[in-house]
Amino acid sequence: MGKATRAAFGETLVELVGEGVDVVAVEADLSKSTTTSTFAGVFPNRFFNVGIAEQNMIDVAAGLAVTGKVAFTGSFAVFATGRAYDQVRNTVCYSDLDVKLAPTHSGVTVGPDGGSHQMLEDIGLMRGLPGMRVLVPADFNSAKAALRTAAMTPGPFYVRLGRVGVEDVYPADTTFELGRAHVLREGRDVTLAACGLMVGQALKAADILADKGIMAEVIDVATIKPIDAETIVASARKTGAVVTCEEHSIIGGLGSAVAEVLSENTPVPMRRIGVRDVFGTSGEPTELLEHFGLTAGDIALAARELCAVTA
Amino acid sequence: MADGPTTDVIRRAAAGMRLDIVEMIAEAGSGHPGGSLSAADIVATLYFGVMRHDADSPDMPERDRFVLSKGHAAPVLYAALAEAGYFDREHLSTLRKLGSMLQGHPDSRKMPGVEVSTGSLGQGLSISNGIALGLRMDGGSQRVFCLMGDGELQEGQVWEAAMFAAHQNLSSVTAIVDSNGLQIDGSCHEVMCLGGIGQKFAAFGWQVIEVDGHDVDALVDAFEAARVASETSGAPSVLVAGTVKGKGVSFMEDNAGWHGKAPSADETEQATSELRAVIAKEAANG
Repeated sequence: MGKATRAAFGETLVELVGEGVDVVAVEADLSKSTTTSTFAGVFPNRFFNVGIAEQNMIDVAAGLAVTGKVAFTGSFAVFATGRAYDQVRNTVCYSDLDVKLAPTHSGVTVGPDGGSHQMLEDIGLMRGLPGMRVLVPADFNSAKAALRTAAMTPGPFYVRLGRVGVEDVYPADTTFELGRAHVLREGRDVTLAACGLMVGQALKAADILADKGIMAEVIDVATIKPIDAETIVASARKTGAVVTCEEHSIIGGLGSAVAEVLSENTPVPMRRIGVRDVFGTSGEPTELLEHFGLTAGDIALAARELCAVTA
Repeated sequence: MADGPTTDVIRRAAAGMRLDIVEMIAEAGSGHPGGSLSAADIVATLYFGVMRHDADSPDMPERDRFVLSKGHAAPVLYAALAEAGYFDREHLSTLRKLGSMLQGHPDSRKMPGVEVSTGSLGQGLSISNGIALGLRMDGGSQRVFCLMGDGELQEGQVWEAAMFAAHQNLSSVTAIVDSNGLQIDGSCHEVMCLGGIGQKFAAFGWQVIEVDGHDVDALVDAFEAARVASETSGAPSVLVAGTVKGKGVSFMEDNAGWHGKAPSADETEQATSELRAVIAKEAANG
């Protein structure tokens, strides 16, 4: 198992300052969990802990950005996007500031903390905001590159990070292309469009499907906004069937974004793998992926059913 | 005491700004006259007596920063910026109209001299804290002024920010509470009583100065006292400025009904004649 995407956070910020980027981090009492403590340890004068006050966290970061800093914020996804939504909307995005939200503990793989802490609506909340870019890296290496891209590109960013270790999909020297989806495996029968840790599950699903004679194309939609319509449409035209895979609600996230693109360009039958309009619950991460139907097996089953329809 | 010539300039500016506020809201057909008029002397004192700024160079790094946390009082800020020369006065008549840089609440992407967009209450002090941190990191000595309403203090985030500013020793931050005692639904005391504003900031470790928010001499002195108190103590300062909502227009004064509506044609005529009389008096004094 590789490292968690959250492990990329603190160490990437340290590297960026070393390269001369004027990075600061604002945290809300979760620095050890988010790994911004790594950054605080090296650059204590660039780290500000607001305590348990997420609204203040976002707006202090906004003020720092007003003075020219590249301001990253921590906390967990549920608090940074939910509790501080109005601060993100009305100050960060409305003023178009260099604030980069990179909260951790998104999705059900938060595990035993349960539904109150398992954020499943954040992609929907963030991608609806004008000017906000939404990145959902698949693994540790991609997360490092995504954080780097967020730092180097002006304006608001949301980088969705997770708690648990995920298998590496990308090599250590990978780069992040903003607005580009990556075709990780070519196929002709069905497209599996995934983001975050579901990219790994989609690749496994493609193996399962190959054994059944179904050639699945796997796309990592690492940038959910601005979405790579060209790559998604091209793949859908080739395969005629799309399954979206996300550790997020089926409402508002990757599945919705892909459906928007396809319905306006090349409507094809779809299935959305995701959490089906319910809250999370306590359990171990692997148990929860099974409980909510987010495994490679679930993806493969949905793909086979879809192929039966479109064949 | 503040010196005479400076405060005469401020008083004249405030009188002119009040007329602009009423005329632009009347022209717009909507807006927030009450809280704009109550803040006119405070904002005039900042822009024409206290703050270091240059309309010809809005992004001058050495400028002091102003954040209008009570963003609905946008007309008072626009009147000050126009008076200072940030944009042509002709724009004032475009307030709240399609395509205008004078948005209903301040939009930093459209308006020169506006540091950050505001309008959703309770956020300005947090933003000001971030600005103060950034300026301090870069070795600057600029001051950061944040104007809030007293009703706005009901937003919990204000107190997250009060706690943070004191903890970080943000002595460059000066908050001003435009304490006019009224909010949309009535008196602040009746809608949701906060209790002693100064006591609460003091309890968080702030330097607190009570001042008459319509006495320009007192305001100039209070801003200087705040600077000295903060430099000495290392703590942020707050001016709790006692004001009258709708100040300067007899029928608007101390009336919550004038929080967010435009005057009719007849009301506008009465209001502007009252305000013109003040302008004439100030001009005679000068």
